[in-house]
Amino acid sequence: MNNTTRWDTLRPYVMILPAMLAILCFVIYPVFYLLKLSFYRYNLLNKAKSKFIGLDNYKQLFSKDEFYVALNNTLIYTVTVVLLTIVIALLLALLINRKKTRFNAFLQAGIFTPHIISIVSIALVWMLLMEPNFGILNYVLKTFGLPTSKWLQSSSTSMLSVILVSVWHNVGYYALILLAALQSVPPTIYEAAALDNASRFKTFYKITLPMISPQLFFVLIIMTIGSFKVFDTVRIMTGGGPNNSTSTLVYHIYEYRSNNLGYASATGIILMVIIAILTFVYFRVLANKVHYQ
Amino acid sequence: MASIEFRKVTKSFGDSTVIKDLDLTIADGEFTVLVGPSGCGKTTLLRMIAGLDPQTSGAVLIDGKDVTQIAPGQRGVAMVFQNYAIYPTMSVRENIEFGLKNNKVSKEERTELVESISATVGLSEYLDRKPSTLSGGQRQRVALARAMVKKPSVFLMDEPLSNLDAKLRIQMRIELIELHKKLGTTFVYVTHDQVEAMSMADTIVLMNKGVIQQEASPDLIYREPNNRFTAQFVGVPPMNVAPLGTDGAHFGFRPESAVLTRTPSDAWFRYKGVITTREMLGSETIYQVKNEQFTFMIKCYEDLFTVDEHVYVGVPVEKIMLFGADENRIPREDPRAADYLERLRRQGDE
Ligand SMILES: Nc1ncnc2c1ncn2[C@@H]1O[C@H](COP(=O)(O)OP(=O)(O)OP(=O)(O)O)[C@@H](O)[C@H]1O
Ligand SMILES: [Mg+2]
Repeated sequence: MNNTTRWDTLRPYVMILPAMLAILCFVIYPVFYLLKLSFYRYNLLNKAKSKFIGLDNYKQLFSKDEFYVALNNTLIYTVTVVLLTIVIALLLALLINRKKTRFNAFLQAGIFTPHIISIVSIALVWMLLMEPNFGILNYVLKTFGLPTSKWLQSSSTSMLSVILVSVWHNVGYYALILLAALQSVPPTIYEAAALDNASRFKTFYKITLPMISPQLFFVLIIMTIGSFKVFDTVRIMTGGGPNNSTSTLVYHIYEYRSNNLGYASATGIILMVIIAILTFVYFRVLANKVHYQ
Repeated sequence: MASIEFRKVTKSFGDSTVIKDLDLTIADGEFTVLVGPSGCGKTTLLRMIAGLDPQTSGAVLIDGKDVTQIAPGQRGVAMVFQNYAIYPTMSVRENIEFGLKNNKVSKEERTELVESISATVGLSEYLDRKPSTLSGGQRQRVALARAMVKKPSVFLMDEPLSNLDAKLRIQMRIELIELHKKLGTTFVYVTHDQVEAMSMADTIVLMNKGVIQQEASPDLIYREPNNRFTAQFVGVPPMNVAPLGTDGAHFGFRPESAVLTRTPSDAWFRYKGVITTREMLGSETIYQVKNEQFTFMIKCYEDLFTVDEHVYVGVPVEKIMLFGADENRIPREDPRAADYLERLRRQGDE
């Protein structure tokens, strides 16, 4: 009798034990190891020469202009990419959802295609397209008599170019998520709204948006976290340049990976904290506006 | 308040024509019930009135005006959907208010209307709740209140009670009848349940496969069915119908028109059979009486017989109805009637 009750209380813990062990090994431990590294001057060649230096790495970090440039770039990148992607994805989803035509089916498949191509290939192709002298983009702009751009090669347009590529890469995937959300809204609700004499704008604002708010919220969080950690496009297309104009936090970490691992780790911890705070704020501010069925 | 008129209305979905050349007038201020088997086009008809799925050809008139070009929100109609179609993201109050807001009703007036309507349907305590926290019956009331608050001239209801349990359904039926009395507006009510139709309607419009079978008061529909379909659609259990054996003609009688006896009666039409089933429904009992030729349901108000008992079924001549090969009713004045009746009498046991 006593045995069974003890087993009853223990059973859930025993059952999640394998999963907990995995999480402990592969999630919790690395995070704490990262935290530990951030307090050391780490010597990659001779581990024994590594030295505990307390908060020095953080002090160094917060006194470095490069860090603030990277942080600022990351913020600009995140805000622009998230806003542009969500707005364009939503517009595309609304467009495709309007009617079931062949063209829309084609469009739906078409916009998703970039997502199945490796971002490395995409970045390489776009670098060619954006080449100021021979690239197609400038050629097209010239043909239409529009001013050309130096794209990745000028510090004033490089960030925008990277943003453009990221949005292009992501938008189809998120459009698909939002499309699925739109299609799950029961059509009778729209009919009821039509009988209630609601204008198109009102219907969108009071019915469509709240109905897809869980998916919008999800996309917002996933995209914010993803954008904060942007690396691959920057690494391939600009290497942080020109003149640090596209250096982001993760790229900043990457640059210090070998000569100052402790400093890089401290940046990583700061990045993690920023993302955690942002996510928390999102939940605080938006969670009660999100409607879960 | 408004009458509704269909003129030569046809409705197709792709290549399938659901309704063809339908003419129908729904009188102003009446409680009209559209009834018919599943898939016969009731919802389609209702949606054409609302303008949600406009007709393919022909005209729909509300209050004498062709509304083909008028948007659903401008037609002065309100609809209660089968699945209620309440806005899940809005509170009960916002749900009820939404139409008023869109029609630019002032805030004070809105509040007053919402309060009074929600009191009428018994929702006052729930105004700030989300629909997901309400019971089926309460949601149904929200849908009703949302329709009522707009003071429409036409009330459309698509099987609004089908999701409720039997008891609540009967209660809501009565409330709807009272509501109609109070508002005096035109109600068009769709159901596939003939009991609901019989109990609520001023006029029943009985449809089958997109064609109107009969349009009459419940009383007339029951007593004077136009055709075999109507006769067999209304009544629980429906009319007993069997072939006469000539010209594809049929005869029929209502289950309660027959009398069961243990000894041979002198009824005009009679046969001897054995009781195969017995359903005791409280005030009445329904027996199935079978012989080699006929199987009929007989309704008795006294529970006198048992299964496997041999009984005599007797039906007076005035209760017998005749139907021709085209399924239409043959009136007594028809020259064929006398001949058919004579044949029928000879089929019964002497
Ligand atoms: N959007 C549509 N596309 C194609 N066919 C449709 C559509 N809507 C209805 N139909 C067809 O029209 C016919 C009538 O449908 P309707 O919904 O009016 O039936 P109903 O009488 O309301 O039935 P129920 O009692 O089951 O609700 C059905 O055969 C149905 O298959
Ligand atoms: Mg229907």
